[in-house]
This record gives sequence, C-alpha cells and structure tokens, in this order.
Amino acid sequence: MSGTHGETINVTLKVWRQAGPDAPGDFEVHRQAISPDASFLEMLDLLNEELNAAGKEPIAFESDCREGICGTCGVMVNGRAHGPQKATATCQLHMREFRDGDEIVVEPFRAAGFPVIRDLAVDRSPLDAIIESGGYISVNAGAASDANLTPVPRAAADQAFDAAACIGCGACVAACPNSAAQLFTSAKVGHLGLLPQGQAERWSRTEAMVETMEQFFGSCTNHGECTEACPKEISLDFIALMNRDYMKAKVRNRALTGQH
Amino acid sequence: MAQTTGERYRVAPVHRRGREWPFPLNLYQTAVGRKWVMALTGIGLIGFVLAHMVGNLHVYEGPARMHEYAESLRTIGGGLVPKATVLWLLRLGLLSMFVLHLHSAISLSRMSRASSENAGLVSGAKKYAGGREHLAATYASRTMRWTGPIIALFILYHLADLTWGWWLGDDFVAGDPYHNVYTSLSTLPVAILYIVANVALAWHIFHGAWSMFQSLGVNNPHYNHLRRSLATLLAGLILVGNLSFPILTQAGLVDEDNRTCPVGEVEGNDCLAEQAEGHGD
Repeated sequence: MSGTHGETINVTLKVWRQAGPDAPGDFEVHRQAISPDASFLEMLDLLNEELNAAGKEPIAFESDCREGICGTCGVMVNGRAHGPQKATATCQLHMREFRDGDEIVVEPFRAAGFPVIRDLAVDRSPLDAIIESGGYISVNAGAASDANLTPVPRAAADQAFDAAACIGCGACVAACPNSAAQLFTSAKVGHLGLLPQGQAERWSRTEAMVETMEQFFGSCTNHGECTEACPKEISLDFIALMNRDYMKAKVRNRALTGQH
Repeated sequence: MAQTTGERYRVAPVHRRGREWPFPLNLYQTAVGRKWVMALTGIGLIGFVLAHMVGNLHVYEGPARMHEYAESLRTIGGGLVPKATVLWLLRLGLLSMFVLHLHSAISLSRMSRASSENAGLVSGAKKYAGGREHLAATYASRTMRWTGPIIALFILYHLADLTWGWWLGDDFVAGDPYHNVYTSLSTLPVAILYIVANVALAWHIFHGAWSMFQSLGVNNPHYNHLRRSLATLLAGLILVGNLSFPILTQAGLVDEDNRTCPVGEVEGNDCLAEQAEGHGD
C-alpha cells in the first residue's frame, strides 16, 4: 500500500489505548510515515501490522464496509467526530487531509451510553435498543413486491430518504456536548413516520423510541453540533419533527384511531 | 449498526424513570416534554421582559407619567375585581413560569451531565483531548448555563433593589418608581450591574428564542430562515431598551432637576396623580 507518487507525510499519532471497559486508559504516541493516498483506517491497519510484528497488542477499532454506508467505523480525530472532512465517515477520510508534521489525536466516541469496549471501539448497542423499541415489521422475504404497490408522494419519499440516509454511526452523540441522541433517533422516527407504510404505528413508535433514547442519552439544547458531525448531514429539521410528533403521540386520542 | 450480538442491552440504562405520573403531568417526566415546558415558559418570560421594558420607557416621560403607569398596573381588570388582583395573578403566573423554566433547565443539565460521565469531562463540559472544536454551537448556546444563573441572581437583586427597597433604605419611596429608579441607577456600580445583567439576558434570549422553535417542533421551510432573525431582533430590542435605563441615567437624561412634586409624598401620591391627570391624554 505504498503511495502512488512515492511521497509520504510524517504524522505523530496520539491514540487512546484502553485494555477493557473498566481499565484505565491513556494516550500512546506513534510516529507514522504514510502516503497521503492512504485512508485513515489503512493508516491504522499499517500501524497495527507494525505493532503485531513487534509482538505488541494492535489498536482495536471498528470498521466494516469502508465505503461510508455501514456506520461501523467512527473515531474522534482531533476532537471532531469522523475527522476534519465534512460529510465523511472515518473510513472515507484520507491522509491527504493532513499535512506533514501534523499531530493527530485519535479518541473513541465519548458518552455514558457508549462505554469503551477496548481502545477506540465503543459499545453503541443503546442505539440498537432505540431501534428495537420502535417495533418490527413482518416482510415476506420472497419475491420483491411490485415497485409501486404503495404510492408514496414524491415529497414524502424525498424527505424519508434524507432521514433514511442515517447510518447509525453515533457521531451525533459523540459530537453533542450533552451526549444527546436526538439526531439519530429523529432520523429513524422521521424515516418511518413520513412514509405511508409507517402511519399505522407512527405515534406509539415515536413514543417508545424517544423514551428509550432518554434512558441512555442526554437532553438536546439545539447547539447543532450533531448535524455538523453527521457523515450523512442529517438535518436538525428532523429533531423538530420528532419533538412535535412525540408531543402529538402523548396527547392525541390514539384509542380512537386504532393505535395503542 | 453492525453491532448485533447475542446479548441484548449490554449497556445498562444511564437514566431510570420512576412510576409514570397521570396525564398531563407525565409529559414533564420526559426530556422532550421538559423542553416543551422550557420553551413555553421561555415565551412567557420573554413576553414579560418585553412588557416590562416597554412600560419602563415611561421613565423618560417624567415622575408623574411613571407613577401613572405603575398605578395602571394595579388597576388591570378595572372595577371587575378588587384592586391589584389581576396584578397578583400575573405575578403568580410569572413566578410559576420562572420556577418551571429553572427546574427544567437544571434537571435537564443534570441529565446531560450524567450522559457524558466518563466522557472526558472537564469542569462539567464534555472535552476531547484532541481539542473540541465547536462547529455550529454559538457562544450564546454554550453559555446558557452561565447566563441563566446570572439572570436569576440579578432578578433577586433587582427585586430587593426596586420592589422591596432593601438597599435604598430611607431613599426608597413606595409609589414613586421614578425616584427609586433614578436613585438606584445614578450609582455607577449599580448601573454597571444592570448593564452586565441585561447583556446576559439578551445573550440568553439570542439562543433561547431560536431554540424554542426547535423544541416545540415549529419548523417550516417557509419561515425557518426568519427564526434566527426573530431571535436576533428580540435580543437586540431588549438589549437596547434595557441598557438605555442605566446608560441614560448615568448620562444625566433621567434626573430629578425638574421635579415639581416633592419626593416622599407617598400615600396615594396625590401630587403625582394630579400632575398625571393635568397632563391630559
């Protein structure tokens, strides 16, 4: 994985090392000569190979698709979730964003709801708990149904799609000074609540997901840091929609409309 | 979200809620509901601040007019109810809004703080060693938890100063607000205190008046771009209006040189009342 132009930049990495959830953690310094064409995670891969070769414990970090759509990766790079490049997940961040001689501080996403598993890997299962509380649907996994079986207005489809772009990485929680998960939850609530298929359980789902969210995360103060950190640039408008839908869910007569 | 494992909920809940209260009190048990309360009481409090400011502009019309305005507050409701009944109801409403605004703010801050435990907390704020860059948060939004307490403490001072007359002592004349305002604000340290507190107030409203739209889910592309402008306008109006009192008093525009009614004729303040009447409409 040598640089295509043979050039390298030298960076100093300060990486958070923590042996386990309850172990104390600290920063470890590594110097790396790396091609600017390498991705940030490839740089960590190379560093891990060196650590392996030296008989040391490699740095634990998460990644999967490495094309910015699975939401598995995610670290704080110089105090910013997913690093300095806007609308980019850590896996799509490249070393060309850094300059020769830079010091790069790499930390895990921080929140009480995201305990560290090891080094840079955190447990984001509270996000799964929020999704689970939203309920489930049964879909016949056989042949795909007709594309236009359920007509969806164009505006609703667009808006729902914007919400559905959320990859659930947790950068919003990490960037939030309050460790609130409003952007994640509102994207999920909005995605389902905007589509005709999602209407029947719109209110009970919103209520359950918000209340599960509040068991793990902080309270939104509308700073707007989440949207800035979001690799998918989910809009704050969804938070407003969720706040409104939640209150509607609590006060409307759901019994009359056949919703529990 | 590729973290599916055999175990469910490996992370224990950070916050646990007790038994659910009956509707509508249960709304206040949730953070989103509390933000609604914070926003609605915020609207009420901004309304009070605006009315208070507009009313106080009468100080520029002299002692008689100021007295007339103060008296008019007591007679809201006309002859329907005993004098000052509506005023006391308004005061009670104001106090409840203030208490709710404060309680929701404090409890939600604590919730957020607990949600950031073990998150590199530095003096109560989440901090990353890599240097936290605030990309979107304004200075106003980050200092709500400072401007809030400053305003709360100032309100206590302000009540003691011009409602109860604690510090003015014998100089405090009930029923002659013009005299009291002049006496208090003509002291430089007091004027500075009023200036500082009102800058904090405008600062607080600059974020609050924008944030309340989001909390209440009032969001519409037709007017979203106006939400920030409205917050700026409100903060600006309150800043200019409220700062004018200490500044213009210090500048000598509010003084007692042309006073024709003697200070201290308190009971009913006949002289001031007569002057106000003679002034006509």
